[in-house]
Amino acid sequence: MSKMKGLVTRLRQESVWISLLSIVIGLIIGAIVMLVSGYDPLLAYQSLVEKIVGNSYDFGETLRAVVPLIMTGLAVAVAFRAGLFNIGVEGQIVMGSIGALLVGHFVSLPPVIHGIVAMIVGTLVGGLWGMLVAWLKTSRGINEVISCIMLNWCALYISHIVIRTLMEESGTGRSKLIQESASIQLDSLSAWMDGARIHWGFAIAIIAVIGYSFFMNKTKWGYEIRAVGSNRHAAHYAGMKVNSTVLRAFFISGMLGGMVGTFEVLGVFKYVAIAPATSGLGFDGIAVALLGMNTAIGIFFSAILFGALMYGAQGMSFGADVPGEVVRMIISIIIFFTAAPGLLRMFFKLRTRKGRKGANANGNDSVSS
Amino acid sequence: MEMIAFLLNGTFVFATALIFAALGGLITERTGVINLGLEGFMVSGAFTAGVVSYYAEQAGLGAASPWMGFLAAPIFTLLFAALHAVASVKFKANQVISGLVVNMLASSSTFFLVKLLFDGAAETPILNHVFNKVYIPILSDLPIVGEGLFRLYPVTYIALILAAIIYFIMFHTPLGLRMRAVGEHPGSADTAGVRVNRLRFLAVLAGGMVASLGGATVTLTANSSFAFHTISGQGYIALAAVIFGRWHPIGALGAAIFFGFAQALKDQMQIVEAAKFIPNEVFYLLPYVLTLVVLIFTSKRSSSPAALGEPYEPGKR
Amino acid sequence: MAEQHDIVLQLKGLTKRFGEFVANDHIDLELRKGEVLALLGENGAGKSTLMNMVFGLYQPEEGEIWVKGQQLTMDTPSVAIEHGIGMVHQHFKLVPPFTVTENIILGMETKKGLRLDKKSAAARIQELSDMYKLNLKPHARIDSISVGMQQRVEIMKILYRGADILIFDEPTAVLTPQEISELLGIFRKLTKEGKSIIVITHKLKEIMEAADRCTVIRRGKVIDTLIVKDTTPQQLAERMVGHNVKLTVDKEDAKPAETMLHVQDIWAKDDSGHDMLKGLSFEVKAGEIVGIAGVDGNGQTELVEAISGMRPTQKGKIQLGSDELTNRNPRDVSEIGVGHIPQDRHKHGLVLDFTIEENSVLKSYFKSPWTKNGIIQSDIIKEETERYVKDYDIRTPGTGVLARSLSGGNQQKIIIAREIERKPRLLIAAQPTRGLDVGAISFVHKQLIAERDAGKGVLLVSFELEEIMNVADRILVIFNGQIVGETTPKQTNEQELGLMMAGKLERGFAHV
Repeated sequence: MSKMKGLVTRLRQESVWISLLSIVIGLIIGAIVMLVSGYDPLLAYQSLVEKIVGNSYDFGETLRAVVPLIMTGLAVAVAFRAGLFNIGVEGQIVMGSIGALLVGHFVSLPPVIHGIVAMIVGTLVGGLWGMLVAWLKTSRGINEVISCIMLNWCALYISHIVIRTLMEESGTGRSKLIQESASIQLDSLSAWMDGARIHWGFAIAIIAVIGYSFFMNKTKWGYEIRAVGSNRHAAHYAGMKVNSTVLRAFFISGMLGGMVGTFEVLGVFKYVAIAPATSGLGFDGIAVALLGMNTAIGIFFSAILFGALMYGAQGMSFGADVPGEVVRMIISIIIFFTAAPGLLRMFFKLRTRKGRKGANANGNDSVSS
Repeated sequence: MEMIAFLLNGTFVFATALIFAALGGLITERTGVINLGLEGFMVSGAFTAGVVSYYAEQAGLGAASPWMGFLAAPIFTLLFAALHAVASVKFKANQVISGLVVNMLASSSTFFLVKLLFDGAAETPILNHVFNKVYIPILSDLPIVGEGLFRLYPVTYIALILAAIIYFIMFHTPLGLRMRAVGEHPGSADTAGVRVNRLRFLAVLAGGMVASLGGATVTLTANSSFAFHTISGQGYIALAAVIFGRWHPIGALGAAIFFGFAQALKDQMQIVEAAKFIPNEVFYLLPYVLTLVVLIFTSKRSSSPAALGEPYEPGKR
Repeated sequence: MAEQHDIVLQLKGLTKRFGEFVANDHIDLELRKGEVLALLGENGAGKSTLMNMVFGLYQPEEGEIWVKGQQLTMDTPSVAIEHGIGMVHQHFKLVPPFTVTENIILGMETKKGLRLDKKSAAARIQELSDMYKLNLKPHARIDSISVGMQQRVEIMKILYRGADILIFDEPTAVLTPQEISELLGIFRKLTKEGKSIIVITHKLKEIMEAADRCTVIRRGKVIDTLIVKDTTPQQLAERMVGHNVKLTVDKEDAKPAETMLHVQDIWAKDDSGHDMLKGLSFEVKAGEIVGIAGVDGNGQTELVEAISGMRPTQKGKIQLGSDELTNRNPRDVSEIGVGHIPQDRHKHGLVLDFTIEENSVLKSYFKSPWTKNGIIQSDIIKEETERYVKDYDIRTPGTGVLARSLSGGNQQKIIIAREIERKPRLLIAAQPTRGLDVGAISFVHKQLIAERDAGKGVLLVSFELEEIMNVADRILVIFNGQIVGETTPKQTNEQELGLMMAGKLERGFAHV
């Protein structure tokens, strides 16, 4: 009962409406763009939906696209709750995939155990890489956005160096494959879904969503992270170790990112490509976390939305000849409106919280006047 | 000796785009608005340059066509700059997110337009006319520096002059004083009669326009066309240059040149037999690692504009 | 009405709302040429809001602003500046890394061609500074000059713009008594030159000394306007509060027992790394309230933070009973038995975006019964918080609402409840009544005295002499990072304390 009640009150919150409205507006603007460009938006959206749920293979592959977004969305959200921006998930993914790749390729272990060990190693490498950001922040005062950008590129080129020097499959621009024993694909499920690449990550993502919610709202560590993120001075005053909390949050955030890297290597591709740029999944995670308002349930649904849109984009270009980029445009528009809720408020004059805010502003006044 | 000359020349060739973008970032950040949108502005500039120059060529403008593309870039980029300005200045959105959205929107919409305009092609047609290096009379015949400094693309000289102009504006004009005040302590500027948010809005627009020239430079010098990989990360490096250069125009210029040097060095090293055993990526890695190292040793006395990242609301103190 | 031209500023029916809250309710006010008009009111009465409207920082919902016979729409400060209105804000509006000259000319720069012309501006500033005896150094950087000097830069900013209506928002809050009397001297010079001044304040003494007339505002409404020389402080206070005010607090004499807090020769640095506490020593006994009197910025913040573990000390010893507190972390200090009502409740005391429940366990969330095996026990926390709400009369729709949504007084009550309920041996109260209305102030004072009577040691740090005189049993005066005097409310008066606070008089130290 209380769960239901919580959901109802949450639905009454303005921010939920902002998110939903942004989605609608994004889709409408996308349709207008297609219309103006001489495409048929209805056909495009139809092919998009068909691509997503049309057959069991596509459905499975859609889920495969959703899983990393859930994880990166959570990764961004954990750091965000600690008051910091982790735009370094990109790099943490890369480091995680390299960790998993090394173990998956060079170490020989029995099946299942091999996968688990590779995953743990990749996850830890990602976590440490994330913690590096927090260390630079807490001990050297370096803005995390800057260090994240630097570390993303460092991770990318480190991965290239590692692959080139240790395990390049010559002439293919990618690494050698992991050993079959390290695979975390669920073969029977994959077969049932006509070869869609289903892996352990599905279950892990669901657990992560529930775990995130529990961790943030019910545990001591979650409480500390929220306190530090919301008011680090008060947290210090209250006796919390602010720096360790930030390090811990970034370690968790980095682990979630690193885990995505391990999924991609062990569950999907079996190799790491020498790519000119990072995957973009980390940046997508920011979009997911933002639209999902950093809540577990919000992240879950927005990851599904964005993952489905991104995968369905291929259907658009096949079915309606619309360049798939239009989907990215729609996603950016959705984020644009969620990030600047004032815009929607202006257009729709939603019941704003201005009244309360105003009273508050005055409350602040009374402190100093 | 010859190698030094090539290295010098290469440095400036690579640095030019970064100089434009870094200057654009500097203008915005000095007024207190974080500019992660540099990447998007560069993409937009590169795209516009590719498309407009192509159509100018088709219209028979010949050698003038790259200039058309170069000048069109800032105009089209106003669109994206305005988005960043509206979201982050007018509606107080998180400036980091706003910048990232601009990047996402700029790349998706320009690739979309390329496909739309050129029948689903993944890149704009290869341009016949791009910028040629100009030989400055007499000076270009000097040993080493002649090759190194006086046989460069015209846009390189424009970038250097622009850096000087922006330095002058920032530190020797009323406008610069106001911009710096707005970035340091917007409340003071407001009470002194400076329209904080209007100035910030304009700075974001101006910054976007200047940064777009960097993107145009890439298309019109190195690439000859615009594709999805034309701009990959230069915008972020440019932002690093702003920080590395401690938000000072000359510092940012120096940092951009330094990053250009790292890239030129990489190219030269590929030729040198002895360096074969070092993976190329080590040189790619260099600018980022060095930026981090410098930050580690200097960040304790931060020199960022004090109000960077904080939306200004007059009611608040 | 006959002398219309003498009225330089007139407000008619000015109204400002923040949502449902009416901050200013149809305010009428007039300022005459060459006078000092005091605007008196409690914290939150709406004085600053009103002046921010006059200066164009806020826009009124209703009403008119007339300046020198002309009706104006003040949508930005530049309109106000253009019409000769200048404002010195309580929190100075100066750009720290800029020089005095740069700060003053900002917004109306002198030019030579395209170039900024600082030289002629500096000369003009020097000239004005000499004229009003402000002693400014045009080329000094703001972050290198004293607070008093910074205020003069603010004044100069206004004069430079040719303002003849000057608004001061709580100008004396950060000044030493000497600086205050210099400021009042500057006021006299300005009015003699034909300038008109509005001073926002809640300090009766300064009004009596400097103002010609006084307009009293209560809950957003003008209550009365009085001619200062025909009134008394008592009258002014009653108008301000709305009922008879007792300017003293009821309490019995203290019965100090064993030494609770022992601070010996401590040294600590401020945020910019300069020595701030310079060998400071004192004691607080169980069952007494020790008041630390002093002007803001003499080491009070550092002292409180050093004791509570938030700031490292370089030298010296801090003990609570037999427990060592020197350089322990805030958690240890609080567990050993120090409660701390912090000076800035929004910065330190509360996480505003946490609920009241979450805030009430801010210092004890990590231990049983609030947490078991790392899991927060929300039900128990809720129960406890409900008790706080009842016992401390916290006015709130529920314990699950955000601390942000409560009034300042109720926010302070959450902090007080939390700190007292943790049963500390020593309670530090730093500026505990800052920004509160009269009712809340007396509640806080009663709580402090009750703690004392329960045998706790209480250390009260306040910039308000009145509060120190009323509540403390023993007074220590802090100046420049040292205790320069010791006395009791019965042995001293505000004048004497003022001298000690300015470092002009040392006394005491002969305590038992």
